[in-house]
Amino acid sequence: MKAERRATVLLAVLACALLVLPAFANPYVLSVATLILFFAYTGQAWNVMMGFAGQLSLGHSLYVGVGAYVAAGLFFLYGVGPWAGVWLAMLACALLGAVIGALAFRFRIAGVYFALLTIAFAEFTRIGFDHFAPLGGPGGLFLKVEQRQHLDLLALRGPPAMFYYVALALTAGAFALCSRLLHSRVGYYWQAIRENEEAAQALGIDVFRYKMLAILVSSSMTALAGVFFAFYYNNLFPEQIFNIGRSIEIILGPIIGGLGTLFGPILGAALLTVLADSSTELIGALGWDIPGVKQVLYGVVLLGVVMFLPHGIWPVLAQKLGLRR
Amino acid sequence: MDALTVVDLTLAGVLTGLLYGLMALGLSVIFGVVRVVNFAHGEMMTIAMYATVVLFTWLGLDPFVALLPVAAAFFGLGYLLQRGLINPFITRPEHSQFMLLVALAIILVNALLMIFGPDARHVQLDYLLEPIEVGPLLLDRGKVAAAGVAAVTAAALFAFFRFTLTGKAIRACADNHLGAQVIGLDVRRLYALTFGLGSACVAVAGCMMIVLVDVTPTLGPGYTLLAFVIVIVGGLGSMPGALLGGVLIGVSEALAGLFIAPSAKSMFSFALLILVLLLRPQGLLGKSA
Amino acid sequence: MARAISRRRFSLALAGAAASTVAPAYVRAQANRLKVGILLPRSGVQGFIGQSCQKGADLAPAVLKSMYGVDIELMNADTETSVDTARTRAERLIQEGAQVLVGPFDSGAASAIAQVAEQHSVPFVINIAAAPQITEQGYRFVFRNFPTAPELVRNGLTLIGDLFRVTGVVPRTAVYMHVNDTFGQANTKAIEAILPKLDFLPFKIVDTISYDPAAKDLTVEVGKAKATGADFLLLVSRLADAIILRREMVKQRWEPMGIISPGSPGMYENQFYQALGKYSEYCISNVPWYVPAAPLTKTVEAAFKKQNPKDELMFHALNVGYTFEALMIVADAYKRAGSGDAKTLTEAIRTTEIGSRMMLGGPIKFDAKGQVQGNASAGIQNLNLKPTVVLPEASAQTKPVFPTPGSRKA
Repeated sequence: MKAERRATVLLAVLACALLVLPAFANPYVLSVATLILFFAYTGQAWNVMMGFAGQLSLGHSLYVGVGAYVAAGLFFLYGVGPWAGVWLAMLACALLGAVIGALAFRFRIAGVYFALLTIAFAEFTRIGFDHFAPLGGPGGLFLKVEQRQHLDLLALRGPPAMFYYVALALTAGAFALCSRLLHSRVGYYWQAIRENEEAAQALGIDVFRYKMLAILVSSSMTALAGVFFAFYYNNLFPEQIFNIGRSIEIILGPIIGGLGTLFGPILGAALLTVLADSSTELIGALGWDIPGVKQVLYGVVLLGVVMFLPHGIWPVLAQKLGLRR
Repeated sequence: MDALTVVDLTLAGVLTGLLYGLMALGLSVIFGVVRVVNFAHGEMMTIAMYATVVLFTWLGLDPFVALLPVAAAFFGLGYLLQRGLINPFITRPEHSQFMLLVALAIILVNALLMIFGPDARHVQLDYLLEPIEVGPLLLDRGKVAAAGVAAVTAAALFAFFRFTLTGKAIRACADNHLGAQVIGLDVRRLYALTFGLGSACVAVAGCMMIVLVDVTPTLGPGYTLLAFVIVIVGGLGSMPGALLGGVLIGVSEALAGLFIAPSAKSMFSFALLILVLLLRPQGLLGKSA
Repeated sequence: MARAISRRRFSLALAGAAASTVAPAYVRAQANRLKVGILLPRSGVQGFIGQSCQKGADLAPAVLKSMYGVDIELMNADTETSVDTARTRAERLIQEGAQVLVGPFDSGAASAIAQVAEQHSVPFVINIAAAPQITEQGYRFVFRNFPTAPELVRNGLTLIGDLFRVTGVVPRTAVYMHVNDTFGQANTKAIEAILPKLDFLPFKIVDTISYDPAAKDLTVEVGKAKATGADFLLLVSRLADAIILRREMVKQRWEPMGIISPGSPGMYENQFYQALGKYSEYCISNVPWYVPAAPLTKTVEAAFKKQNPKDELMFHALNVGYTFEALMIVADAYKRAGSGDAKTLTEAIRTTEIGSRMMLGGPIKFDAKGQVQGNASAGIQNLNLKPTVVLPEASAQTKPVFPTPGSRKA
């Protein structure tokens, strides 16, 4: 199977490159790479719900935010380290996801209506946290950074390279998990539901159960992204983390990269971040230092991809590279 | 908190709600018929607001007069937008439509930033600062006028869809896309017409909104969200529904602000949305799915 | 306007985006020329503030050259009102050779940039950011020449006492309205803590009304405030909501004795006058300001006028003033350090002592946490569509007007 072989080889090459990146990259590139991996991971998590099970969530910042605040709050108020806090964060997000999912499916809310339901929950939570004083309210939650020189993985404190590797591990883990899921029975059921829900139900698939599973997996995975965010940025503001702009940022990667594919979210995140940064450089170099130009450029490229490559860039790229995934 | 204040503020909530409803009307028309998830709705209204400011500054046109040319211009633009850009997207999945319009929104917001700069623009009309006195109550003159325009526009649209041939044809397309084509309706043209009408509505809303709110390039997204909430609460494709949804939001926000905490009043709009989605997803005045 | 980015443009064009991002070296600065990275929100929601601060940065190199004889090269970056962007831009500036960072107006961005600065041991001088936590994190490379929110409020409330003393008018009640964001919340906490202790202040707050910063309609909030019948309005707001509130007050015919801010932006800014005309009159904001008669103020004013002939320094007092002072601190330290090496420069900044400044307050001197104590506020009243210094008496341009003429006591 030539295509399979080629895919594995390319994947191995990429993995090696990513592993040794910190040795060659300057801090700026490392920070950009970490950001890419963060969005790749979060996009992959969202992809489970949308690309695999066809549920459009436009309020995914809810899980990032709740995950972040739970872990950060435990650390800030009780000194509980991130490795312990993460479990509670995942639990909280899974519960939230379960509630949203149950409500939606029980009351037959789908498509755009479901998307709006997710937005409503995210906004509701944002305003709620804005009024919740113990975790800082609108003033924000600031986490103390003890040190940033030596590696303290247990407390998630250390040099930027550490955060890079944590993000890399998360992304790799998500990739592996999604790959397993996609090629398992669950994955096939999901795809069936995505393609034609009624037919799937007619075939005897318990649609409710599998949709819920997708939501639970997606929301718990996203919680981890939130925990990472909390300990990487060390300050949280409800206005910023539950923002609908963040929800949109999260989904841009998978949609541009390729919905429902394994590699789409990663490719999408990389392309978008590089695009954003090179736009800034290009515009600076050309001397068009007018605020807003960069975003217009960004928007135009986005528009182009959406119009001419509706299934995302990865499927086209994969074909060009001779892979079949 | 005396009764007079409560009545006064509740009334203000109704008026504000009618203006919100006007803003949502355009979305109801577009979403209800063409089924396009117009996430650039707020941006379109922002452009209309800037257009009104420009007309006021250069030609001294009062927004109530500028209404007509701006609405006409937007009708044309909407028509072209639909024919040119959006038409191929009707059959595409929702997330594709959503992305198309998000990209469009990003371009529009930042183009506005480039052209107009970040400062807020407004329309200086001193007569608007004089309230209308109704007995002991003070009503915002601008809001009353805007509410009036909202009612007239909604009525006009309602009449159009109910009584004219084209209007009925459009409703037929909305109800049964395939069937409409079968009986020979030029669906593409009708969709473009609808988008044009919806855009004209948005333009009217913008002309009225600038009377009460200053415009900045980043004004759009908040109103897009609000419009969607209203349309869902009121019912898709229903003109009176959009107004009713708007009024409900306006009043609930006023009451929440009065009796609980003004900074949390948006929470109630979202709570209302969640409730409606759960209990009556077709909206209060919408037809059963 | 000295756009000192031609070298950057040239090297970028040469290297090409791809190549330049992979090259690992820190570009060493040329001798006698200090590369200063300026991070400001020039687009996004805070765009107009960032652009205002930028004016202060743009005029600085020439003025500082004549003052200290040093060359400052500005490297401008837009944080786009986003924390993610602030962080990566800071990294980028450092990679391109910035030896010191200045900015960024917003507390969230300041926190992100501070961490980057600490990581790279690059000094970071904050021009404007009020969250107290930023200088409580034990950072060694972060310096702030701006009052923290508690300080702002204490100064502001004290000035209110002065106002009543100077005018001889003593209101009994106030209604406190505040925007519910970082800023409003910090102010509220400070007011709750400090007000009871300032027993020379005779008034009581009868009601507190917080509102959503994104709200476009504040009818209910104003209605509630009016219903309290309070003597004056104590307001913590941003620019956009200040305009909406004032208009709403006119429409609801609520004219309290005065509208006083203990320390928030909005009422003294150009847009406020533009939008409200005569209705902007008599509002008082107790905010950090420049000393009109100070020699440095005059110098900066002249430079500002030259660069922005259609604009007035008074409409950008805070933004331009503190941004300029941040750069002045950098230039002064550079002069004393004699080199742009990070450690030397940082220590030089730490031992800063500048007596002759333009902003109101004591000398610029950093305490152990990197914070300047003693930045004061002035009472700025809108008179004849201009922000006018009415307090403290020593620096006043004219006497304050209080109560507002024609106001009705409820």
